[in-house]
Amino acid sequence: MSWLNQIVQGILLGGYYALLACGLSFMFGVMRIINLAHGSLAVVAAYGVLTLADRYELNPFVALALVMPGMALLGWVLQRLMLERSARAGELVPILATFGLAVVLDNTLFSVFGADSRSLAPSIDTLAYDGVELAGFTIGHLSVLTFALSVVLLGGLHLVLAHTAIGRQIRSVADDPATAQLVGVNATAVNAMASAIAMMTVAVAGTFLAMRAAVDPYAGAPQLIFAFEAVMIGGAGSLWGTLAGGIALGVAQSLGAQIHSQGFLIAGHVLFLLVLLGRLLLAGRPLKLALTRSR
Amino acid sequence: MSLLKLEALDARHGLLKAVRGIDIELNEGERLALVGANGAGKTTLLRTLAGIHPASAGRIWFEGEDVTQLSAHRRAAAGIALVPEGRRLFGSMSVADNLRVATSALRTGAWNFDTVVAAFPQLKPKLKASAASLSGGQQQAVAIGRALMTNPRLLLLDEVSLGLSPLAVQGVYDSLAGLMASKITLILVEQDLQRTFSVSDRIACMLEGAVVATGRTAEMTRKEVMHHYFGHRTADAPKEIA
Repeated sequence: MSWLNQIVQGILLGGYYALLACGLSFMFGVMRIINLAHGSLAVVAAYGVLTLADRYELNPFVALALVMPGMALLGWVLQRLMLERSARAGELVPILATFGLAVVLDNTLFSVFGADSRSLAPSIDTLAYDGVELAGFTIGHLSVLTFALSVVLLGGLHLVLAHTAIGRQIRSVADDPATAQLVGVNATAVNAMASAIAMMTVAVAGTFLAMRAAVDPYAGAPQLIFAFEAVMIGGAGSLWGTLAGGIALGVAQSLGAQIHSQGFLIAGHVLFLLVLLGRLLLAGRPLKLALTRSR
Repeated sequence: MSLLKLEALDARHGLLKAVRGIDIELNEGERLALVGANGAGKTTLLRTLAGIHPASAGRIWFEGEDVTQLSAHRRAAAGIALVPEGRRLFGSMSVADNLRVATSALRTGAWNFDTVVAAFPQLKPKLKASAASLSGGQQQAVAIGRALMTNPRLLLLDEVSLGLSPLAVQGVYDSLAGLMASKITLILVEQDLQRTFSVSDRIACMLEGAVVATGRTAEMTRKEVMHHYFGHRTADAPKEIA
């Protein structure tokens, strides 16, 4: 029973990872940029919500609604001033630029807010710890809410991409930006909009991170690793793949924790490496077959 | 006033000047064919006109406006559409979405989703299929249809028959016949000289990035065009036609 419970808890944890990875996957899918500042930006959003909730005693969800437009604006500005320019200089430059941005954000948070960790848990009352007993399992309300939100967010993004004019424009730019311009799509504006959308999802992820755990200025790096692993396990650039990747990562971590007290993180990393290795082997197979035949 | 006017237009690929000193004027409804060997600069010239390759010198005037520095999406909105070499469809998108995305140019006119599908009836059963899954001829129809969805005043066609079977090429040109009848202004790059002669009003021969001969199609012979095509510069070369 405890194994089954770990799987259920892992699936729910996967909802958080999917929420976290959504923006990273979206940016990679559209702009082919791996944003190494992703985790730090989530923590920036979390601190924004924490500040509004603490200083003005706002409900965290109201504070999130106020922070989201700010994050969207930040995404737009980042794309226009940094990502777009660095992408012109080569594929590696945006990676270095976003790494630098992460360092700047982490240290700015440290200098403004100090090293103390903070949480939104006190602001959401019983939602932080309440749950329901279901078939012998305890299901946390916050975990269910997080999972449901990740499905709604990923599903909503999928619907926007599949059925709207802006979605078609985003997909055309992701496919071939030069040709998209030929048919009247402003690729620069579309990329900036995609970046803004990604940052809004980052704001949601950062808020839920602060609700479920305590955050400190340097909490971005581990969040980036979890998001990156979820994206890679599920398939880079695929939204539903991101949900599947998040769930797989969450289940692996939960089962790892069941096996050994130190197994939580290790099991996730092992799954990530196994998937990566499997992909590399599968990608190399046609070449291997061709070489065998040519002998 | 001419619809398109090029003044001493240059375009480079790094240090190589791929297009040099092009002066061309094109009036509304005219059909100009660019001929020349591979590497003559035809595709670079079309890409420069469409705005996805920068001009290194010279001016491009379209409807009396200087569009030399305009980005490609603004040129599409102004009425310049390119059917690129190799078709360049959005492979992960459906045929219908490939067509609909071209409404981003926000130009209105005779062409819309329904009229394009009617002009290319072979696409009707394939609208929900992925563009990457189509045959070469069908993909070319989508590429032309997608350009028409922008309701262009100037259509640039770059080697629409490239890589297609003779049957597929015939299909594409059958579909284009209606377009030709509509008196659309176009610049066409085509390796098949017979088709070049049948669809164009004027021919410009390009060699090493420059236009070496231009003339009315009716006044040029295949021999003259072939002569310039291969860059023969012997004493018995036919004189250039102004």
